[in-house]
Amino acid sequence: MNELQFLTWVRGPGLDAAVAIFLLGTVWRLIEIYGLGRKKDLAAPRLTPGASGWHTIVRRSVPPEGMFKQSPVTYVGGYVFHIGLAAIVFLFAPHIKLVEGLVGLSWPGLPSQIVDLVSVVTLAAMVVVLVDRIKRPVKRFLSGFEDWFTWAVTFLPVLTGWLAVQHLLLPYTTMLALHILSVEVLLVTLPFTKLFHAFTVFGSRWYNGTVNGHKGVPV
Amino acid sequence: MSATLEKGVRVLKEVIDAPIASYFNSCVHCGLCAEACLFYTETGDPKYTPIHKLEPLRRVYEQEYTWLGRLAKAVGLAKPVTDAELHEWQELVYNSCTLCGRCSVVCPVGNDIVYMVRKLREGMSASGNAPDGIKGAANRTVTIGSPMGVKLPAVKAQMKHVEEDYGIPIPLDAEGAEYMVMLSSMEIINFPEYLGAIAKIMRQAGKTWTLCSTAFEATNAGMQIGNSDLARVIVSRIVDGAERLKVKCVISPECGHAYTALRWEGANLIGRPFTFQVKHIIEVLGEFQEQGLLKTEGMETDRLTFHDPCQLARRGGVIQQQRRLMKQIAADFVEMPDAGFMNWCCGGGGGASAIEEGEELRLEAFKKKKSQLEAVKPDRLVTACANCRIVLEEGLEHYQMDIPVIGLTETIAEHIPDSVDKEGA
Repeated sequence: MNELQFLTWVRGPGLDAAVAIFLLGTVWRLIEIYGLGRKKDLAAPRLTPGASGWHTIVRRSVPPEGMFKQSPVTYVGGYVFHIGLAAIVFLFAPHIKLVEGLVGLSWPGLPSQIVDLVSVVTLAAMVVVLVDRIKRPVKRFLSGFEDWFTWAVTFLPVLTGWLAVQHLLLPYTTMLALHILSVEVLLVTLPFTKLFHAFTVFGSRWYNGTVNGHKGVPV
Repeated sequence: MSATLEKGVRVLKEVIDAPIASYFNSCVHCGLCAEACLFYTETGDPKYTPIHKLEPLRRVYEQEYTWLGRLAKAVGLAKPVTDAELHEWQELVYNSCTLCGRCSVVCPVGNDIVYMVRKLREGMSASGNAPDGIKGAANRTVTIGSPMGVKLPAVKAQMKHVEEDYGIPIPLDAEGAEYMVMLSSMEIINFPEYLGAIAKIMRQAGKTWTLCSTAFEATNAGMQIGNSDLARVIVSRIVDGAERLKVKCVISPECGHAYTALRWEGANLIGRPFTFQVKHIIEVLGEFQEQGLLKTEGMETDRLTFHDPCQLARRGGVIQQQRRLMKQIAADFVEMPDAGFMNWCCGGGGGASAIEEGEELRLEAFKKKKSQLEAVKPDRLVTACANCRIVLEEGLEHYQMDIPVIGLTETIAEHIPDSVDKEGA
């Protein structure tokens, strides 16, 4: 297989398979998780403004009182790489074109120099959180294969994408093919690892907010 | 697999629900929950990271309720939960967790970790891995009627003492009273001033109230141990008593877990909504204050601070009332850092204070409270939970800090003037 054939494969059957596994896997996992249901809370509720699942979905995006100073690296690193990833995935013009080609939807993107900068900052933030995971006793203690693996499958698409755009290290076609392949690995991995928090984070915050909101506690 | 382990795993399978599944799938191992847990912050030992305390529950979830986990189990790749592991986890699930719920309010993905610890305790208890100290307390509550072995004659003796000291009759089994007042053993044995305070406060407010001969003990070690069957028996006594006496409201004493057991878990334990209200005494005092039924005279002039019991504040939603009450009677009321919603546990909640072998760790964790106190240097410490009070006293004594601990209800009652007292009589 030469580079062109490789690129053709990752753009064609490879992408189709990855997207299919991602979509079916996501639906299946959501059913597997939320299909378990929960018992109705029979205690008389106490109504307090601001105490609900929806409030918690929003509120938990901000560090609770006194928490930021406990681990600024986790918070700053976390914000930077999450926002960076979202900006790269959804606001880079070629990505928008891809979506437009697939489903016909389009929206304005960011200038490519800005996306370049965002990519570098995101990669740096991801390296920082990785070092923090290695150095901080609690994070290292909690970490297993999945934690290192999911870091890598998240890091590689950003790295290869940036290298491809910069025409660095490998011929553009090869790097682009590797970039698409790494995205496919990410798509296939996401529903079955901790990366699935991209979906369940909303359910978890909602449950927490609802269960405690029943007691009149805005959490 | 031993019979007890099998039972434990079966119970764990039963308690796993959609929230737990969602929580386990959301955890990214960021470790922030550790920073919220006083057992981690004061020891620096990563094994006390709250989410790690749930490892056996997580594996049962994965192996029983996920397709990939079941596959791994089928081909022998999954690590099964063992007796030895659950035994080892006793320290993490009981001794080093007071169900304070700080972890649940800081988790960035929104995991309600304490909700899961409470559920894991069901399986720990079913598999015979609950600590003897809480087991004993739970069994005494079911067989004798209270965790400290207090029986009705002891309550009656105290009623008599209080009637003599305060000159106010203490009603027992008065049908149709507005309030049924519950006690904790600790109050019956160590803090008799609580009952006298209630008598004074109720008389001034002009409210009818009663004790109940078949349900005077409010604490629920069944809930702390994680045995819903025992917890149900204990709660049912109170429900039966309240319904027999046709009271409008049951008042939980100055005890955090009694409040949680009765107010939030009670109806779920018996499987139907209550026909009466449940309020913590601080909520009732807050209402009296708002309605102008709580008239006090004079102020405490020394420096006072307030320790929020976790189950009352963060876990129970009663946060402002105690502050307004303090301001009514304290001229120099100061707040500790993190007071209120984010307050740090005394270190002995959730049954932890009943675990003898956990004492050393408890005293280590108490350093958090020590540093909070050192930041404001109070002359006395006020709280609203008899268990916090005992644990605080032990900790303060251990660290040779001369700060008396008092209950809010009795401190308020001391300021109820005799003249108003008599008018009300």
